[in-house]
Amino acid sequence: MKILVLVKQVPDTTDVKFNENGVMIREGLQSILNMFDQFALEEALRIREMYGGEVSVMTLAPEQAKTAMQKCLALGADKAYHISDRAFGGSDTLATSYALSLAVQKTGPYDIIFAGNQATDGDTGHIGPQVAEWMKIPHTSYVERVEKIENGTITVKSLLEDGYRMIEMKLPALVACIPPPNFEYSNPSMSGIIKAKNKPYIWMKADDIDGDKSKFGLNGSPTRVVKMYPPPKRERGQIFTGDYSESVRKIIEHLKEKKVIE
Amino acid sequence: MNIDEYRGILVVGEVYDGKVRPVTYQLISKAREMASSLNTKLSAVLMGNNISQYANDMIAYGADTAYIMEDKVLESYVSELYASVLARFIESIKPEIVLIPATHTGREYGPRIAAYLQTGMTADCTDLQIRNGKFIQIRPAYGGNIMGEIITPNHRPQIATVRPNVFKVGNYDKQRKGETVKVKPDMSNINIRTMIKDIVKTTVTGTKKVDEARVVVSGGRGIGSKEGFSILQDLADLLGGAVGASRVAVELGWMPKSAQVGQSGLTVAPDLYIAVGISGTIQHIVGMKDSKIIIAINKDPNAPIFNIADFGIVGDYREIIPIFIEELKKELKK
Repeated sequence: MKILVLVKQVPDTTDVKFNENGVMIREGLQSILNMFDQFALEEALRIREMYGGEVSVMTLAPEQAKTAMQKCLALGADKAYHISDRAFGGSDTLATSYALSLAVQKTGPYDIIFAGNQATDGDTGHIGPQVAEWMKIPHTSYVERVEKIENGTITVKSLLEDGYRMIEMKLPALVACIPPPNFEYSNPSMSGIIKAKNKPYIWMKADDIDGDKSKFGLNGSPTRVVKMYPPPKRERGQIFTGDYSESVRKIIEHLKEKKVIE
Repeated sequence: MNIDEYRGILVVGEVYDGKVRPVTYQLISKAREMASSLNTKLSAVLMGNNISQYANDMIAYGADTAYIMEDKVLESYVSELYASVLARFIESIKPEIVLIPATHTGREYGPRIAAYLQTGMTADCTDLQIRNGKFIQIRPAYGGNIMGEIITPNHRPQIATVRPNVFKVGNYDKQRKGETVKVKPDMSNINIRTMIKDIVKTTVTGTKKVDEARVVVSGGRGIGSKEGFSILQDLADLLGGAVGASRVAVELGWMPKSAQVGQSGLTVAPDLYIAVGISGTIQHIVGMKDSKIIIAINKDPNAPIFNIADFGIVGDYREIIPIFIEELKKELKK
């Protein structure tokens, strides 16, 4: 079983600070392995444990993303492919997924490709489905668990808003994973960290993946971000600290005025 | 690509459990405004089986043309099938803008369509504007900490997904004239390698859907236990609302995932949102900040939720909610 996990290093947006104008301070934000990707990797490692095989990880990112890749190796991945080239600067999801799909085909074939359902920075959820489309292979998003692999098929549990579906796909296939509530992430062990240093770490440039170079980077990106600004603020209203009954009555009066209760 | 060949707006509708998802009409209503300011036509498409009765509703909400694609095979949703059939359809009618619901399904087949057509896509838009004839797609990034404006200047169609309840449904005009067109889905040479083995619903039937309720009472870590939610349910019942939850409350197993409000859950915009024992992380706030009125109840006077609340009470919900219920009952009796 040859397995690939697509990963991304992201800024840790759970602890963001703002300046006095309400603008997010991006400097000093920690870089972490996207949590969705870590879950995807842990699913991949569990599958390797059950069925044998090899798990590689791949990222398309500047050199500093090596930290997140090393974490993947320390957690148990066997091999890392790090695609890094200025040619990919300014890539949107279409250009990123195109380059990734080429690198996947170059280093593959793989039986299963794992990805995080989304990354916590851009939050688009595009990369998994789009890599699958470029490769013309089936995919499922919102995968909370891989149930089994059998007779050249993979069965996954995919979340709906109000339940889930069990879906079987012919391999090769791509699964975009979302951690279940209360998933306990593993921490790399000391021996894992030491072993990671001797695992194959393969750097790739734009020239190492075949394909239409006009579709790389900014040139290959149909979308443009034209403006960024802090989200509109809601004003702080009336906060009561005194007697509960009185506070409640005041609020209910207001709800009546606004005809929320009639 | 000659972008001038692309004209009009297309809304992709969704049928779920045999019914049209409300987001379909929300998107048609919004697209109606956009089509008017672009002085162009609005179409909407629905895929499934035995769904032609919905064409009139799509027209009543503002579509000029309602496309109906029916086939037995389309009855159950499969991403690779829907993506291919829709992409081929879009290629055939060449709209300049395509809006897709950012549901679990739309976020699955949508990006495939954009890759198939090799065009730009913007996910999870919270606003769409037409400015000087240009289509501006507005969305949060970095966990809701930043808003970005995105354009697709030289590729068509410009595709955006939009979460349910970001836009409100507009006028339903029964007299509105439009055209219904039945389209035979092009399924030639599509190799379907995906099979649905089972569908399981975990939402208890009879309970109100959080993203469709007029009033949402949500609980977080401060509720303290699964049992604590029963009083929230009492309050919600009294107000004809639904009970939601923060991510933490879901992770602790107090509430099902289907009730989760926030970035990795539902986006809601009810008339009244009552946040109980929820501190108000940015991830939660992005999912409910467009509610008309927000009430926060929290022990911690410094909880960030108070900064966006119209009203807040600092204190123990175990004492405050019963008072709330009692006072409300008095009101409702009047």
